[in-house]
Amino acid sequence: MSRTGRIGLTAAALLLAVTAVVGCSASAQTITITIHYSAFDPPRLTVPRGVPITFVLVNDDPIDHEWLIGDAAFHEAHRSGTQPGHAGVSTEVSLPALATVETTVTFADPGTLLYVCHLPSHESYGMVGELIVGG
Amino acid sequence: MRRPLLSLLAAASAILVTAAPALACGGLIGPNGPNGAVNLLRTTTFAGYTDGVEHYVTSFEFAGGGGSFGSITPLPGIPTDVVRGGDWTLQRLIRETDPVEDFAFRALGDGESAAADEAEVLLETTIDALDITILRGGGDEVGLWARNHGFRLPPDSPEVLDFYADRSPIFMAGAFDADAAAARGQALGDGTPVHLTIPTDNPWVPLRILGLGKTPGELVEADVYLLTDIKPALMPNAGAFAESDGLILDHSDAARESLLEDLRSDVGMEWVPDEAWLTKVVVSSGASELDFDLAIDASGAGRPSAIDAGYAPFGSNRAPGAPVALYLLLGAMMVIALPLLFDRSVRGASRTPPFAGA
Repeated sequence: MSRTGRIGLTAAALLLAVTAVVGCSASAQTITITIHYSAFDPPRLTVPRGVPITFVLVNDDPIDHEWLIGDAAFHEAHRSGTQPGHAGVSTEVSLPALATVETTVTFADPGTLLYVCHLPSHESYGMVGELIVGG
Repeated sequence: MRRPLLSLLAAASAILVTAAPALACGGLIGPNGPNGAVNLLRTTTFAGYTDGVEHYVTSFEFAGGGGSFGSITPLPGIPTDVVRGGDWTLQRLIRETDPVEDFAFRALGDGESAAADEAEVLLETTIDALDITILRGGGDEVGLWARNHGFRLPPDSPEVLDFYADRSPIFMAGAFDADAAAARGQALGDGTPVHLTIPTDNPWVPLRILGLGKTPGELVEADVYLLTDIKPALMPNAGAFAESDGLILDHSDAARESLLEDLRSDVGMEWVPDEAWLTKVVVSSGASELDFDLAIDASGAGRPSAIDAGYAPFGSNRAPGAPVALYLLLGAMMVIALPLLFDRSVRGASRTPPFAGA
């Protein structure tokens, strides 16, 4: 193989490797959030935008909780909401006592969102987490 | 004069969480009714301890509304009996330490989850409009039982239930059916006293549970009455409270004979001793500061348990358990060490209360 050919092959290999790395970071991710003693762990997360994120929500408490993620307007609406439960919406998850639930969300826009439990007095007790969607 | 030491060790301790602005022997775990009305105004508790048996009396007071409401109370042991309590014990104790108040006797009315198992139900009974269930289980099991039986526990309950279950996995859940109370003709303020008989070696008064569901700055106020054969040693502060602790030693003196006679004449109160020491501790604390219980040593040894007060985790220095475990460990070490030493040495060389109208 000529020198030019070897250089071309090396360049192609490097390009493939870089593409593979980028491809990895853009693929679906799984994040586990545990609820213990009515607190989210971790309380702060950063995720990339445009990537499906599967949240494994583990309720370690013997009481029901919720995991609702959205912006300020979203939470304001839920603070006075009367829905007994949430189903069919990936950003609104009801978590029965001692249960584990998975949900997958793709965040299209960068920004900061909150995940909150809106059951009575749970938010004021501290059940609030922050999720930063990267650019 | 006094009873023998054994009797003293099993001294009668009477606990009353009562009156004043707010009180409860247990944490409120509702509401559950269709209208969400808070209809359980308060619960009051009395416990007496003699000859290894604690007599625990709780009164649930009807405050109107509909639906159901309840409370959950940690217990130091498994009750052998749960019956309707006496009619005037709680009120008589209040009157004893608060004589200035013009106390008017009021006759008491007749009155999918499932990752873990629910708590074991040890006993169920109904007294008037009150459904009582005695449970045994860890915090998760008791919480799950309450959740599955329609009670919405507050967010601090998982931690509080674990706090108690680590020490004693016995709880009393009381569900008050306000509709049934109304149907029975119970008027506002009518109470339903419940008397539990609990064999136990370690009497203590649950205080932390009083703050269940309250916001951190919310005030918890209660009066705790203790009746013991001798002056008890208490923890926190072993009877030398300061107001900053949220506990005030309000009364500490020999119980008058008239009080003991009155208490003894109530239903199920024949166990009250001939001589006793009356202590009143006032609880006035922010909910977040009330993270302890009241440990009692009425044996005369003057050593209330830090574990029973909630200051030390269960198993850290429990008196009967620790030495046994230590001896077992030492024994095991000896079994292992002796052969080694030997080997080395070889090789190397509808009654009328007595104070009505008084």
